[in-house]
Amino acid sequence: MNPYAGLVSCLRASWLTGKTRPMEYRVSQLEALGHFLDEKHQSILDALALDMHKPQFEAKLSETVLCKNELNYTLNNLRSWMKDEHVDKNMVTQLDMAFIRKDPYGVVLIIGPWNYPVNLLLVPLIGAIAAGNCVILKPSEISSCVERLMAEMLPSYLDRDCFAVVTGGIEKTTKLLENRFDYIFFTGNTSIGRIVMEAAAEHLTPLTLELGGKNPCYIADDCDLQSVANRLVWGRFFNAGQTCIAPDYVLCTLEMQEKLLPALHRAIADFYGANPQESPDFARIISDKQFQRVQSLMDSGHVAIGGQTDEKERYIAPTVLVDVPMSAPIMQEEIFGPILPIVTVANLEEAIDLINTQKQPLAVYVFSSNKKVVKQVLEQTSSGGFASNDTIIQTTLITLPFGGIGPSGLGKYHGKFSFDTFSHHRTCLMHLMDQEKLNTLCYPPYAQHNPESLLSTSEIRRKSTCNLL
Amino acid sequence: MNPYAGLVSRLRAAWLAGRTRPMEYRVSQLEALGRFLDEKKKSIMDALAADLRKPCFEVEVSEVILCKNELNHALSNLSSWMKDEHVDRNLVTQLDMAFIRKDPYGMVLIIGPWNYPVQLILVPLIGAIAAGNCVIIKPSEVSSCVEKLIAEMLPSYLDKDCFAVVTGGVKETTELLENRFDYIFFTGNSSIGRIIMAAAAKHLTPVTLELGGKNPCYVAEDCDLQNVANRVAWGRFFNAGQTCIAPDYVLCSQETQEKLLPALRRAITEFYGANPQESPDFARIVSDKQFQRLQALMNGGCVAIGGQTDEKERYIAPTVLVDVSISAPIMQEEIFGPILPIVTVANVEEAINFINARERPLAVYAFSSNKKVLNEVLKQTSSGGFGGNDTIMHMTLITLPFGGIGESGLGMYHGKFSFDTFSHHRTCLLRYTGLEKLNEFRYPPYTQRNLALLSSTFEIKRKGSCTLL
Repeated sequence: MNPYAGLVSCLRASWLTGKTRPMEYRVSQLEALGHFLDEKHQSILDALALDMHKPQFEAKLSETVLCKNELNYTLNNLRSWMKDEHVDKNMVTQLDMAFIRKDPYGVVLIIGPWNYPVNLLLVPLIGAIAAGNCVILKPSEISSCVERLMAEMLPSYLDRDCFAVVTGGIEKTTKLLENRFDYIFFTGNTSIGRIVMEAAAEHLTPLTLELGGKNPCYIADDCDLQSVANRLVWGRFFNAGQTCIAPDYVLCTLEMQEKLLPALHRAIADFYGANPQESPDFARIISDKQFQRVQSLMDSGHVAIGGQTDEKERYIAPTVLVDVPMSAPIMQEEIFGPILPIVTVANLEEAIDLINTQKQPLAVYVFSSNKKVVKQVLEQTSSGGFASNDTIIQTTLITLPFGGIGPSGLGKYHGKFSFDTFSHHRTCLMHLMDQEKLNTLCYPPYAQHNPESLLSTSEIRRKSTCNLL
Repeated sequence: MNPYAGLVSRLRAAWLAGRTRPMEYRVSQLEALGRFLDEKKKSIMDALAADLRKPCFEVEVSEVILCKNELNHALSNLSSWMKDEHVDRNLVTQLDMAFIRKDPYGMVLIIGPWNYPVQLILVPLIGAIAAGNCVIIKPSEVSSCVEKLIAEMLPSYLDKDCFAVVTGGVKETTELLENRFDYIFFTGNSSIGRIIMAAAAKHLTPVTLELGGKNPCYVAEDCDLQNVANRVAWGRFFNAGQTCIAPDYVLCSQETQEKLLPALRRAITEFYGANPQESPDFARIVSDKQFQRLQALMNGGCVAIGGQTDEKERYIAPTVLVDVSISAPIMQEEIFGPILPIVTVANVEEAINFINARERPLAVYAFSSNKKVLNEVLKQTSSGGFGGNDTIMHMTLITLPFGGIGESGLGMYHGKFSFDTFSHHRTCLLRYTGLEKLNEFRYPPYTQRNLALLSSTFEIKRKGSCTLL
């Protein structure tokens, strides 16, 4: 018998009692989550420091502040999000009530990754609770201190009848996935994403997959170099590069590369000092396995900046590679570490062609003062998201959806998009018991009807002018 | 080599050339689809008559008008749907452009069913074209005359570089599915839905699955029973019951059943005459296989009305069964034919429990003059959609989304929901390289002061009072 069948059963039974549906309940659970974040703040920071030497500033900014924002935004808007959405009616339905009801799905499974193990577990959780679901959380075993914190401390804040934390590795996750869930939310890499979707297909479970990819960053010749270098370095080396939307590689001309390198050098020195290993502001690689993987990628090119490593600390210096061929290993997989390869191209068109030969990434970045250049890259590429003249920051605006396309993912969330992701939009039409005359327009015998009169009650005509863009 | 690899390649090349993106192009293809519907209307009617003996009025109402409405609605609104959706910004992004761009997915596959073989292929196609995609259409081989019509006549109306029709059965569909698509839209039964989703998982292709289920129809004691009988009979026997959102079975008290039966008898006679086999307004079962399946289901209860069959014509009379065994096959699978079982329950609570003990259907119906009863059933059940005091009608209002939940499907469409289904909502943030001073707070070396300043620029606070419902 499946080891999690009992737990899933239990939560499903709670779900069927309707416990998680009332707004007061959802608010109370969300507030409890807020207490967890406040009261266990130091423990969270400590766990993140232990797992990957995450600087407190980064932990606060990218983990706890973002979670609190999502919580507050949700609590501020929950009432209006939960309301039935009334829709325009046609002639036939004039006297009816026609609306979309936001129903919970039921029992939701959220599987989190190790790189932002608090944010990427709790932000989906906020959406799932807000939408009225029961939830099983599966934090990553790789960020083991945060996993332990979640398993030991979080459950006491939430209703144990409706929320649970499950721990373990691949074998346990596989067993967990054999159970039927009503929604699955997964953040992680593309190959595991496939496995999760195959498991979901067995039960026709809808899902959101937040995966990864190689996010290209095109730098035009017309840029303010130091600003570009700052923003690029910040995006690439934050969390020691272990960020799904970090710029993965740079595309620029050879001339630009010559000018960019000293600017990058300066930004790295400004940020982390002459020896970044001594900086308290630079994280470490999460595990030996990841360390070895990232370290081996350095052979793919010529080290222009950095390149130092320290296996004991799992330290990899902020590194820039040049002379990187497209066929090199570093250009075949998502780097997910503090190495930035620069690939030279002749011009913008070549950059766009190159981007389009690769799989669709989570983000495409372009740096240029020329709006036309930005527009061209936006229009001629496809990606989860897009930003010009900065990196990463697009995910911090709560009114923008966050999600991938193709191998970088499916579905989206953040803010109201989280609530919508975890809700089933149920069409509702309430007709009157009487008013039978209206209904008779459709009944057989059909010969009695004049098709024209029926048309007039239900036809949608094309508006006379269609303004072309 | 996969027999469809060349075709998919060719269409993908047209997609990458950006052919289908401009609004003018989409409008021209949609208008061409409109001409197909107008010019080939007679052929469509003939094909549907040959496949299902579908009455002209039913074709008009459920195939042609619905398609024309979707076309006109899309053409009237395409300009506004395609616009970038600008979002509220926070302090950090005040000077930026923050918007959601509606990008096409690329290569879409639409697989249609045999029951409404024109509507359920063309309405998704309208959405896919409107959203700027290339499309391969796979009509059902079971409705073979419509399949032939679509394969022979539709391509000449559309751009052959970007749209294609593929015909065939299970083998051909399986081979087609081995190719990578950017979106798959499937209408059919749940077991094939699983196969489709598993195939999609290999390529991480997002899907919409419009499946089926047993749509319960609760009839309370306080009803105008003739109106109920008319609406239920109309919903059940339209297209000889071969409708995914038809009421599948009735739940009511013994007393209500006693009164409902004569009302149903009267409705059936008024609609189809004393001998429905002679009525021009009653369709036939699509195939021998479906006919035999349905004929066998009749053993699940006692025939109260109808029950006659004619194998030569694949005719099954409008039939009502009583004393139905819950464990009989007729209560285990979606009926999809002109048989209406009545299951007796003591009260509305028992009806709700009965519904919730089963897989979530495409629709739940409830008939009552008491709004409280309708709301109770709505609140305590879960389904794709809900109809109060009517059947089927909720799918004809273009402002309401149409889709299932759980075994009855995932995703939704119709109207703008179709456009949204076939679009990738791409987050875009356009920033400027100036104002670098503002960014400096986020860069290392990290300080408490900078963190406080930074947090204040994008922190979301909880609003003073949260009025609970």
